[in-house]
Amino acid sequence: MPDLGLEVLFKGKNMARILGGLGVALQISLVSVCISIPLGILLGALMTWKNPVTKAILRLYLEIIRIMPQMVLLFLVYFGTTRAFGWDLSGEASAIIVFTLWGTAEMSDLVRGALISIPVHQYESSAALGLTKAQTYLYIIIPQTIRRLIPLSINLITRMIKTTSLILMIGVVEVLKVAQQIIEANRMASPNAAFGVYLTVLVLYFIACWPISMLAKYLEKRWR
Amino acid sequence: MAESLLTIEHLTKRFGDALILDDLSLTVRQGEVVVVVGPSGCGKSTLLRCINALEPIQGGAIRLEGEAVEHKGKNLPELRQKIGMVFQSYELFPHLTVLDNILLAPMKVQKRGKEDVKREALEWLERVGLKEKAESYPRQLSGGQKQRVAIVRALCMHPEILLFDEVTAALDPEMVREVLDVMLDLAHQGRTMIIVTHEMQFARAVADRVIFIDDGKILEEATPDEFFEAPKTERAKKFLNMFEFHREAKQDDRK
Amino acid sequence: MGNPEKEGSVTDWAFIREYLPMYQEAAILTVRIGFLGIAISIVVGLLCSAAQYFKVPVLRAIVAVYVEFSRNTPLLVQLFFIYYGLPKIGIPTDAEMCGVIGLAFLGGSYMAEAFRSGLEAIEPIQMESSLSLGMTGAQAMRYVILPQAVSISVPAFMANVIFLLKETSVFSAISLMDLMFTAKDLIGLYYKTTESLFLLVVFYLLILLPISILGSLLERRLRYAGFGA
Repeated sequence: MPDLGLEVLFKGKNMARILGGLGVALQISLVSVCISIPLGILLGALMTWKNPVTKAILRLYLEIIRIMPQMVLLFLVYFGTTRAFGWDLSGEASAIIVFTLWGTAEMSDLVRGALISIPVHQYESSAALGLTKAQTYLYIIIPQTIRRLIPLSINLITRMIKTTSLILMIGVVEVLKVAQQIIEANRMASPNAAFGVYLTVLVLYFIACWPISMLAKYLEKRWR
Repeated sequence: MAESLLTIEHLTKRFGDALILDDLSLTVRQGEVVVVVGPSGCGKSTLLRCINALEPIQGGAIRLEGEAVEHKGKNLPELRQKIGMVFQSYELFPHLTVLDNILLAPMKVQKRGKEDVKREALEWLERVGLKEKAESYPRQLSGGQKQRVAIVRALCMHPEILLFDEVTAALDPEMVREVLDVMLDLAHQGRTMIIVTHEMQFARAVADRVIFIDDGKILEEATPDEFFEAPKTERAKKFLNMFEFHREAKQDDRK
Repeated sequence: MGNPEKEGSVTDWAFIREYLPMYQEAAILTVRIGFLGIAISIVVGLLCSAAQYFKVPVLRAIVAVYVEFSRNTPLLVQLFFIYYGLPKIGIPTDAEMCGVIGLAFLGGSYMAEAFRSGLEAIEPIQMESSLSLGMTGAQAMRYVILPQAVSISVPAFMANVIFLLKETSVFSAISLMDLMFTAKDLIGLYYKTTESLFLLVVFYLLILLPISILGSLLERRLRYAGFGA
């Protein structure tokens, strides 16, 4: 049995530090998701409007955000805006801005998709039953849209969590950074720490994301 | 009397614990048109699927010209070429044109030459009134048109026997006739056919023999006139009454 | 903060010209690793989706575990583990190979899901109607099931290609001299933030825009599989 470098994890507060680092990543994703979802719903609803100008602007926003790797967006905000506007933006703040911009774009597209997937005859049959427009939305359209949306939004959370791993690259001390520090500090005592520690981080991310993915899958099946 | 083409002996079919076909025996002679009727869920569609070995069976044997038709049997592709099947939902291949739908199996399975099959396919298409649709894709056709193409597709394999599984059940009423006419035409040509249908008038017109199945058993086997005029069993009477009731109800509406 | 007066707010075109070749080289690296990784992803994805579609015992369970694990962990962490972790148990890796393997490990599961949902979108009765025409299982797959499944998979497939190319942006973390690495390097060395970022965006657009446009074109062309109508 080769030395897997797992003993480092049980030294001192190392495990607690790693979990703390994961906490930072999770917090940033949670904050971004919480802002993205309401904003995304708003923009998604706007996207179904007939106004061509709103449509074009929102489409442009969506396409720009989508085509750029999130890493590039992080660089643009963290290095670029600091430079252009002369403000001092922390890595955490940049991350939240970028993930919110990205999450909002993704969410708005999901909302738009869910809204246009409701067949026209649902509106028509509601009208035929004498429901007002407001009642139609309240009792017929929104409940169906929400059913389609919830699994997709939950999936967005896991995507967000996975994406937060990138903030290491703009100097935020999160789980990978903590892992690096621990490996570095123990390089003499446990030369193989890189294996055990990075494996642990990998497993921790899996533990954070997998149950959420499963929930999304379950709801999708149940509400199909 | 012509010799038997298809024999089914003591066929038993279960789905889990549910007994679908219960010790069912049936012989179909060369050139005979057998119409199978019965309430939904009686096992008549399953019977056709078993004859084409699309379902494993739990007991008994099915033989075509003496050769055993077995699910996962070795010579199944060869046997299935002799058994044409038309499905309720048409099952044309959506990525191929009408003509390619028809040509695919004769060319790839029977290795026949393209020109030969194409000539035959176009003749058939003309006969069923669809020659101009040869280059169309299935989604451009109506249900009735798709079903006629599906029949031509089966015919171009030169099958010994044709199985029709409720082929008009998914069609709009005005399209039912065009499909039934094609089948009637085939019957007059002396083709061997097993037809599962709910179209009672058609059944009476086309059948040499009517089989009434309920609960996985053949309850009656008679000429169409016998069956429709004087059904012997209570269940068959009840079944036929359901159709009568609909007609009376409609007449009441008109008053 | 900073001292923007020094260089002024004018874009330094000389700088851009000077470092253009460096970006070019970085872009080539990104594309090379990206496409190699994607090519292997496709193979992995095909094998995995086949194992699941044909319900191959044992293999199917292994694939399920792999797909869940790969889809629920970030590429960056996968790369760290492969690049820094694996050599510790005696599996030697070099950075470029790691990039390819990492991308293929991630992409394989995404491709598998795309292909599988394409296959599962074809009703089983299409297989039955092929069999009833006397086709063998292999003939039915080749002439009937696969052509339909492939066209249904195209949108998801193209989305995956774009997603994976974007994911290559984390390669700088394992010290591959890709576009991100180059940009960060130049920002650190010369404070030419605007110019470095400008080149970064332009090069990513050069890589991603054509694929994205190709994707929407393909999607439009292949949208025929609508039954009924």
